[in-house]
Amino acid sequence: MEDTDVILLWGSNARNAHPIWFHHLLKGVRNGARLYVIDPRRSESAQWADVWMGVHVGSDIALSNTMAREIIRAGLHNKEFISNACEGFEEYKASVQSYTLEVGEELTGVPAEVIRECAHKYAKADKAMICWTLGITEHHDAADNVLALINLAILTGHVGKWGSGLNPLRGQNNVQGGGDMGAIPNRLPGFQDMMVPAIRERFEKHWGVKLQPTPGWHLTEMIAAMDRKELTALYVIGENPAQSDADANHVQHVLSELDHLVVQEICMTKTAEMAHVLLPAAASWCESDGTVTNSERRVQRCRKVVEPPAGAKDELWIINEIAKRLGKDLNIPDPETVWNEFRTVAPDFAGGMSYARLDEHHGLQWPCPNENDPGAIFLHDRLWKQGAERGTAAPFSVVKHEGPVEKPDAQYPFTLTTGRHLDAYNTGVQTAGYDSPLSRGETLDISPEDAVRVGANTGDTVRVTSRRGSLIVPARIDTGLRPGLVFMTLHYPDDAMTNVLTINASDPKSGTAEFKACAVNVVLATTAIPAHR
Amino acid sequence: MTSPHLQLVQLARPSTKPKVMVELTVDGKSVSVPEGSTILNACQALGIDIPTLCWLETLKPVNVCRVCVVEVEGARVLVPSCSRTVEPGMKVKTRNKRVDLTRKLVLEMLASSVDLSTTPGMSDMLAEYDAKPERFGECETVAQPVKVDNNLYIRDYAKCILCYKCVEACGDDHQNTFAIAVAGRGFDAHISTEFAVDLPTSACVYCGNCIAVCPTGALMSKREWDMREAGEWDESIQTSTDTVCPFCGVGCTLTLHVQDGEIVKATSPLDHDITVGNLCIKGRFGWRHVQTGQSAEQMSADRANQSTSL
Repeated sequence: MEDTDVILLWGSNARNAHPIWFHHLLKGVRNGARLYVIDPRRSESAQWADVWMGVHVGSDIALSNTMAREIIRAGLHNKEFISNACEGFEEYKASVQSYTLEVGEELTGVPAEVIRECAHKYAKADKAMICWTLGITEHHDAADNVLALINLAILTGHVGKWGSGLNPLRGQNNVQGGGDMGAIPNRLPGFQDMMVPAIRERFEKHWGVKLQPTPGWHLTEMIAAMDRKELTALYVIGENPAQSDADANHVQHVLSELDHLVVQEICMTKTAEMAHVLLPAAASWCESDGTVTNSERRVQRCRKVVEPPAGAKDELWIINEIAKRLGKDLNIPDPETVWNEFRTVAPDFAGGMSYARLDEHHGLQWPCPNENDPGAIFLHDRLWKQGAERGTAAPFSVVKHEGPVEKPDAQYPFTLTTGRHLDAYNTGVQTAGYDSPLSRGETLDISPEDAVRVGANTGDTVRVTSRRGSLIVPARIDTGLRPGLVFMTLHYPDDAMTNVLTINASDPKSGTAEFKACAVNVVLATTAIPAHR
Repeated sequence: MTSPHLQLVQLARPSTKPKVMVELTVDGKSVSVPEGSTILNACQALGIDIPTLCWLETLKPVNVCRVCVVEVEGARVLVPSCSRTVEPGMKVKTRNKRVDLTRKLVLEMLASSVDLSTTPGMSDMLAEYDAKPERFGECETVAQPVKVDNNLYIRDYAKCILCYKCVEACGDDHQNTFAIAVAGRGFDAHISTEFAVDLPTSACVYCGNCIAVCPTGALMSKREWDMREAGEWDESIQTSTDTVCPFCGVGCTLTLHVQDGEIVKATSPLDHDITVGNLCIKGRFGWRHVQTGQSAEQMSADRANQSTSL
C-alpha cells in the first residue's frame, strides 16, 4: 500500500471504517500514489482523493467494464501476462465491447473523460491496487462486482506483485477467521471443499464421524428456510440478526416463529431478548484466549485480559457442554489444542503457525505450511511463473451491469444507501456504551437539493418509507451527497431501525443482502421525536 | 513457451539496498551505522543513554527540546543528536561539562515553568544533571486550569513542554487530522485547536494518538485523570496484556492495561507493523462494553423482564 503508484479505493469509506489501515494508504499517497475513490458519496475518504468518482449506487460493474473496454481499446492491457496466466480473454473482450465511454458515463454518472483517465492511469501504472469494502459486496450481485474488479486486475497484470493486487477490507475483526475455520456452507476448515470425496474422507477419518455431502445454508438462505418452516431451531452465537439483517421486520417475524431459539451473547441484544435459551458468554476478544484473522490474512493471538462477568462462560466451555448433552464429550481443554487440531487438518494452510510463532511475529499471514515459512505477504505470484509452477489459469469472468434490484420511481424517488460512522460499530451493541463526543445518533443524510425538495432542514424530523417499513428520524444535510441519494447507518437500531427499510435481495453466490440500495420516500414528519440520548 | 519478459517482472518486495556504513567515534568508542542514521541511533547501538523528550522512534524528529544535545568535534555549537545524521569520521562526546551544563539548563528552565510531576523518568533526569529549578525562584509558568471538555480525554497544558509530538501524531506523521497546531510565539507559544475552540467543536476525531505520544501526561485519558484525581491510579499494580481490537478487520494490537480486574487504558505497541502505536476512537476508548458491571444473572433477569413486558 505504501509503495504503490495507483490506488482505486472502491466502495469503501476506510477513513471511517478502517482508520488505521487508512494511515498506510495516506503514507502511499504521501509517497506519490494517485488515489481514486469510487463511491456514490463524497465521503471522508474521498476528501483525500486525487479524483472522486461519484458513481450511481450499484453501477460498479458498468464502470469496471467501461474501464476494461477502454484499456483494451487503447492497447494498454498486459498481453503477455494474459497469454501466460489467464483464460477466457476473448469472450471477456467481446462482453465489454458495448461499454463505450459514453455508455459508461450514462450508466455510472461518471464523466467519460474521468473514466478514461482512470483507466489509463491504472493500466499504465507500474504498481496498482484495488481495495474495496461493503460498497462492492452488499449488493444482490456482490460476487459479480468482485469478479468485475478481478477482471481489471488480471487484465493489467496488477496481481501477485509487491505493491499491487486486490485487497478486500474485511468489516469485522474475525470475519476472515470464520471463513478460515470453515464457517462457509460448502467448506471445511482451511477452505477445503467438502464436496470433494477425498477431502471429506480425510476429515471423516480424523473426526470419526460420517459427513453429509450436503452444503449448508447462507444466512439469507436460512431466513428463507425459516420462512418456509423448514428451519425451526436456531443457535445464534454473537450475532444480532433481529437488527443487523435486511428487511428487519420480516426477520424478527421469522425469528419469533421458531420452535427454539438459542442465543449466545456477551450482552443483551434485540435477538437475545427473543431467545428461548440465553447463554451468557465471555467476550472472545478480551475475556478468553484464541486467534483472529485480519484482512491481510494475518492470524493473530487474542488473549484473556480480564475475567468475564459473573456467570458468563467461555464459548469453548459452552460448546463442550452442549456437545456433552448431545452425548459426546469433545473434551476441549483449551483454545491452543483446538488451534493445533486445525493445523493438523489444514497443514498446507496453517501447519507452521504455532502459538509460539504467532506470539513471536505479531501474527503470521496464511498460507504458512511449515515452521520455517515466514508466511505469505501477498498471494498469486505463481501467475507470473510458467509451466507447472504457474498452476491453474486465472479466469476472466463475463459480468453484466444490472443496477440495484429496487430502482427509484415516482412513489419511492430516493435511493437509500447505508454505511458506518467513525465512532460506532454495526448495530451498536459494543459501541453504544462509551461517551463518544462524535456521536450524533442516527440521521437521514440528504443532499442540499433534496432537502429543499422535501422542505426539511438539518434537525427536522422526516419520515422515511420503503416498500417494507417506515421510520422517523432527524434529517441532516450532507453536501457529500448527490440529489436522489440518501444515507443512514445501522448503528442506532433502538432509535431508528434502518433495516426495516432495507431489501433482502441477496446475492445467490455469497448470500449477501443488498444493504447498499433500496428505494425510499422521504417526507417531512408531523410529529417530533425526542433528541438522541 | 517461455517468456523472457515475464521473468523480469519484479514480484517480491524490493530488497532494501545494502546500506553504506558510516564509521564514527562516540565517547572514544568507534561504531559503524548505516548511512542516514542519527547520532542518537549510533549512541543506542553502543548502549549509551541519551535523554530525550521530544524524540520518539515513530515520529519525525523536530529537535525542539534540546535535552539530547551532544558535542561534535569541530562544530561551533552543540547538536541535537536526535536529528543530526552521522558523517564519516565524526567524533562525538555525549557527556562533558558543556553538554551537561546545557542539559541541566534546559531541564531547569522546563521544570521551573512547567508541571513535570507526571513525566516518567523526570526526577531521575533532574538528579542526573544536578538540575535545580528552584534557583530560578518565582518565575513565569504555564500554569492554567485543566481543559475538561469531553469524557474521553483531558488537556492539562500546565504540563506541556511544547515537544510537538501531539501535533506530529495528529498531523502528517500518522493521523492526518490536523486538529491541533502550535499557536503564539515565544513564551506564549502553546498547543491549540483552530481558533482555540473546545475539542467537541474542533476537527478532533478522538483517536487519542496524541495521548499515546505525550511525554508528560499533559494529554491523558479522562479515565486515568479521574483515577489520579481520586488517588486511585497505581501503575505498580497494573498489568498490560496484548490482544486484538474487535472493531474492524484491520487487526490492531490492543495493549489493555488492567488495574484491580478492570481495564483502565488501551494502547498499542510502537513496534507493531499495523498500528505503529496508533489506534482509532473505537480501539482506544470503545472497550467500555465489556465493563458494564452487568453480570450474566442480571442479563438474564433483564431478559425475563423484557419478555414479560412484550
